[in-house]
Amino acid sequence: MSTRLQTGGRLIDRNARRGFTFNGRRLEGVAGDTLASALLANDQMLVGRSFKYHRPRGFVAAGAEEPNGLVNLGTGGRFEPNQRATTTELFDGLACASQNHWPSLDFDIGAVNGPLARFLPAGFYYKTFIQPRPFWKHVYEPFIRQSAGLGQVPAERDADRYEHFYAFVDVLVIGGGIAGLQAALAAGRAGARVLLIEQTAHWGGRAPVDGVTIDGHPAEAWIARALKALEGMENVTLRTRCMGAGVYDHGYALGYERVADHSPGDTRPRHRLWKIRAARIITATGAIERPLSFAGNDIPGVMLASAVRDYVANWAVSPGDRTVVVTNNDDAYRTALMLREAGLVVPAIIDARPTASGPLVRAAREAGIRVETGRGIARVKGAKRVTGVALCAQAGEGAVLEEIPCDAVAMSGGWSPVVHLWSHCGGKLTWDAGQAHFRPDPERAPTSHDGAPFVIAAGSANGYLLAGEALADGDAAGKSAVRSLGMAAKGGAVPKAEAEAEGPMTPVWMMPQGAGAELRMKMWLDYQNDVKVSDVQLAAREGYESVEHTKRYTTLGMATDQGKLSNINGLAVLSQSLGADIPQVGTTTFRPPYTPISFGAIAGEARGDTFQPLRRTPMHRWHEENGADWEPVGQWRRPYCYPRDGESREDAVGREVKNTRQNLGLLDASTLGKILVKGPDAGRFLDMLYTNMMSNLKPGKCRYGLMCNENGFLMDDGVVARIDEETFLCHTTSGGAEHIHAHMEDWLQCEWWDWRVYTANLTEQFAQIAVVGPHARDLLEKLGGMDVGAGALPFMAWSEGEIAGVRARVYRISFSGELSYEIAVPASQGLALWEKLVSAGEEFGLMPYGTEALHVMRAEKGFIMIGDETDGTVIPQDLGLHWAISKKKDDYIGKRAQQRAHMVDPERWQLVGLETLGGGVLPEGAYALAPDQNANGQRNTQGRVTSTYYSPTLERGIALGLVRRGPERMGEIIEFATLDGTTMSAKIVDPVFYDKDGEKQNV
Amino acid sequence: MRRYSVFAVAREAARYHTGWERAWASPEPKKRYDVIIIGAGGHGLATAYYLGKNFGITNVAVLEKGWLGGGNTGRNTTIIRSNYLQDPSAAIYEKARSLYETLSQDLNYNVMFSPRGVMMLAQTEHERRGYERTAHANALQGVETSFISPDRVKQLVPIINISGPRYPVLGALWQPRGGTARHDAVAWGYARACSAMGIDVIQQCEVTGIRQKGGKVAGVTTSRGDIACDKLGIVVAGHSGVLAQMAGFRLPIESVALQALVSEPIKPCIDVVVMANTVHGYMSQSDKGELVIGGGADGYNNYTQRGSFHHVEETVRALIETFPIISRLKMLRQWGGIVDMTGDRSPILSKTPLENCFINCGWGTGGFKAIPGSGWGFAELMARGASPLTEAFGLDRFREGRFIDESVAAGVAH
Repeated sequence: MSTRLQTGGRLIDRNARRGFTFNGRRLEGVAGDTLASALLANDQMLVGRSFKYHRPRGFVAAGAEEPNGLVNLGTGGRFEPNQRATTTELFDGLACASQNHWPSLDFDIGAVNGPLARFLPAGFYYKTFIQPRPFWKHVYEPFIRQSAGLGQVPAERDADRYEHFYAFVDVLVIGGGIAGLQAALAAGRAGARVLLIEQTAHWGGRAPVDGVTIDGHPAEAWIARALKALEGMENVTLRTRCMGAGVYDHGYALGYERVADHSPGDTRPRHRLWKIRAARIITATGAIERPLSFAGNDIPGVMLASAVRDYVANWAVSPGDRTVVVTNNDDAYRTALMLREAGLVVPAIIDARPTASGPLVRAAREAGIRVETGRGIARVKGAKRVTGVALCAQAGEGAVLEEIPCDAVAMSGGWSPVVHLWSHCGGKLTWDAGQAHFRPDPERAPTSHDGAPFVIAAGSANGYLLAGEALADGDAAGKSAVRSLGMAAKGGAVPKAEAEAEGPMTPVWMMPQGAGAELRMKMWLDYQNDVKVSDVQLAAREGYESVEHTKRYTTLGMATDQGKLSNINGLAVLSQSLGADIPQVGTTTFRPPYTPISFGAIAGEARGDTFQPLRRTPMHRWHEENGADWEPVGQWRRPYCYPRDGESREDAVGREVKNTRQNLGLLDASTLGKILVKGPDAGRFLDMLYTNMMSNLKPGKCRYGLMCNENGFLMDDGVVARIDEETFLCHTTSGGAEHIHAHMEDWLQCEWWDWRVYTANLTEQFAQIAVVGPHARDLLEKLGGMDVGAGALPFMAWSEGEIAGVRARVYRISFSGELSYEIAVPASQGLALWEKLVSAGEEFGLMPYGTEALHVMRAEKGFIMIGDETDGTVIPQDLGLHWAISKKKDDYIGKRAQQRAHMVDPERWQLVGLETLGGGVLPEGAYALAPDQNANGQRNTQGRVTSTYYSPTLERGIALGLVRRGPERMGEIIEFATLDGTTMSAKIVDPVFYDKDGEKQNV
Repeated sequence: MRRYSVFAVAREAARYHTGWERAWASPEPKKRYDVIIIGAGGHGLATAYYLGKNFGITNVAVLEKGWLGGGNTGRNTTIIRSNYLQDPSAAIYEKARSLYETLSQDLNYNVMFSPRGVMMLAQTEHERRGYERTAHANALQGVETSFISPDRVKQLVPIINISGPRYPVLGALWQPRGGTARHDAVAWGYARACSAMGIDVIQQCEVTGIRQKGGKVAGVTTSRGDIACDKLGIVVAGHSGVLAQMAGFRLPIESVALQALVSEPIKPCIDVVVMANTVHGYMSQSDKGELVIGGGADGYNNYTQRGSFHHVEETVRALIETFPIISRLKMLRQWGGIVDMTGDRSPILSKTPLENCFINCGWGTGGFKAIPGSGWGFAELMARGASPLTEAFGLDRFREGRFIDESVAAGVAH
């Protein structure tokens, strides 16, 4: 059984007990435990079920590479599925449950997939579930979905908060083992700004576990000294619990700091995402041990040899009383020796190498441990727990020589450098045949904007597995990073790390090497996704020869551990099946993140109310207090209407329209884009930007302008006011301000960079209020100030002065067809003026109106609306706006495009008014039917509705639409299709329904 | 070709699956083919398949510089829908969608087409009007869609937040027979079926030049030698510009990185595909249980299959806002693909200035859903010189201004 040892455990405090529950069972661990070590200390070896066959699963590893030990963690707003127990620090009150089983972990109905496994090889679903056709959606897929998935679905909103940090450093060191620490020391001493991050809560990596000595002292002493030195440097920042998650172009990297996962509910953010811009990145990310492929290597109790060592050394937990070690290298002997030293039994070390003779091997033999070379494991015995292993000759086919009872197996197939972060941004790998692993190829590092390499691998992540070499390599990496940045590397002698020497390893990709089909079907490569040696061989046999094909066909390496244990082993099996070399077959692509990171951390503070900036006009509060029914318009919120007690939206809009037309209305027009265009070439610039001539506009005058894109399509409209000889103020649509400003800058910066024109987006600098209706002038005159009479301020003019004591620019423009003034005042004065207008307007029957009344009134007047009458396919000529297209200009943006064959086609759909015969309202977006179908069997059409409203003024439905040759067909009746299959008849009429001669707005 | 079935699997199980034959052959290139298709992605393979199936043209080679299905076919978010606005788009995407319905049976390869329904949320009045218009257009195009209420949205997707503080859901355009399919299986299924007809699918064969004679293509130069052909089809998505340059003409294409990501797998929580264009994100759940997520494309041109992190951030924010419960789930993997964008965001299926050379590209962010329809139409175009499905998608449209602009219907990648 797995248990807590009486002594030892460098990371735990035995006196600080921590209570927790697993599947409702109350258990106890101690401070410093991971959830995995605490579960093992309670003999909970079975922790979950695999994805496909629902096989029993126990811990294989002790760190981020763990594929099996995933739990549903927490409750309510702090519930999280798929939490890796090996990287979860234990805290008091932790509650967790195992995953992917029904009804219970011990008795899982889904485990019937196990005996059936033979019928469910890789890709079986591509070959089955084909007939009968409706069964996929209704029977097969729901069943597969239910049995797949892992953790439970959270039911509540996240109770935690998250934040982002931004860091700019010379050198980012990822990984706080001895190589990373030394790299940070070397870079820090040179004066570089250094950020050193470590994914666990502890510095030093594997060195303290492996009994390394540095400069004659235990590794822990050196680590403490190194940390002290680093903490003393102002230019160095240290962070534990902070994982290097991804490396992106130009030295951009992500750090994922789990600030409060181990202390939930405190006031800190749960996670912090570091966005780091680093000139150089050193990846000192260590190496991961590989499993060996023997039959039954997935049975709980079979673990990585290094993980067994971690559990014993760090947490004083022994996975078993009798642990068989199986290996192809010397390093695993350390595990045997450590177990023996802890007083546990090691029945045998099974070494697949024909001979073994290094100092570690000698030490094991001297300690009296039985060492069997040239041997392998034929199969592991046991179901939910290891009960023994069957010994065989590695060179044979698996004939059993002897059965050795045991309750744990420690396996080692060699080590693979963690090359993920090196590879994220294009770093290439080279195959190291001696150590049978891929390591970074320093000649093909990821390069930055200047072509210089910006990632440097260090330590065991660079293939230097021995402590001495790793430390020296870390030093070299730190120095080379600062030198490449033009800094002088300082610092004395490189510390000397020592550990027992190791003899050469021998690659072993299958155990025994001649294993037959039955054994190969029991050799797991990917524990979580249930991919076995036989699956990869099947993929190769069926022609899925590319490593990407194999991965996708078998799902090898696609589980939540992303193949950290399985990829190299799978690759080796594939290359053997194909008779090709491993480097020739190559790896799959390494993608961020290194281990999964929370969506919450990615989103950061932006959620709920702060999801996106909420832009408020100066009168926003007033609208809110006066019952505005809001409509999102970009990041703005605009009142759609102001319903009064018990009033429906429709009624409110009707009242607002009528009141504006008959008395007086007030509109908050502050969201309209206001872009200042200034400079000696401003007129010339606007002549290119607008279809109209703007350079001949007189100061003090306004002109309605149209803006097209290069393809000739209408993109924005608005009133341009000339302020003085060199200054124009361009009004845009509310939604258009930003992108029109960007459009202007695009042309100025990329095409006409030598024109003397400057632009500024002043949208938020001004509050703008439209005073609209027959009493508009009466109200302004009552408030007093500048002359707003028809003589001083005629239609399409503007003037500057004071209104009610507020400095204002008043534009005599109208989007409603009524007498109308748009008053722009400094934003700070907006609310004051609005309130003055409201109270002074009472006697004239003033009411505010919202966006919908605005839309209805403009449609009654036949004015187009960008986004309604236009959709990116409409040119001004389609809308009868020829009058706004200057004939005198040589050019404007879109002019050439508008001369293309299709643009001048008389068959184009053009703007008309539509009047339903019965007075009803046409449906939004309805199409006008034409006879017959096209070659693709679609009904032919001849037009469509672009705007349709009930007109409170005319008390009937009105619509604008685009109809083929529309203006030539006045009076014709056409049919519009509705969604219920019927049609509505409408007469083609002039688009101006109200005050055709403009008498009201010009008054 | 031995047929796949549950019986075949049972039979093979008895001998440890040692008797399965290759899904597709691995032939050496011949000296000459009637038709060469460059690019063994979904579109190229589907073209070859329908050349054989519909026109009996099987002396065909599909040349692939890497591994088949390794480009955007294997990198997308597997959404299938045909709720497009413009007639030519609706025609080709609906043809594709309807072929997907029976593709597993047609190819004898389970592509796992799952018509689970696709909804596009309306979160502004402008968007709502746009989708109502699309629903009207679809009704006349023979595409089954409807505009549904917020309550119905909530009923179909219980985890959705329809009353978000910023962009409450006003309704959705709903296509009940839209859905997803297993992307790799589409490429593999077509490759297997092509191979069974005697079509040569040749991987690791990079085209390095296009040989011409008298304004016509004579053949291609490849990393595995020269190969002659009567007709050439270029179907290479993000690298179309590179191939067009070899053929001596230019394309109105920009290549940008589009990213996607998946969460860790969880038990079923969302049964339909949800696209939220106002906030820029979309999500569905794979049969494995992963949430499959996508968003906008990068704003600059490049050929690296990566992408910038800020797009991932924007997308994840949008989806947490739409589905608050996903906040504590974790991103498992992000990746990128290179999409070929045209000026009107619609594809090009066209003749070219070279008489016997055809090009199929410009699918931008939405090509996966079109694969069967694209192959069907492009095969007809190559075999007969014209196809009603492809007629509107010619290169000439850029010169004439005859754009097929879908931007009004989809402001986000898909």
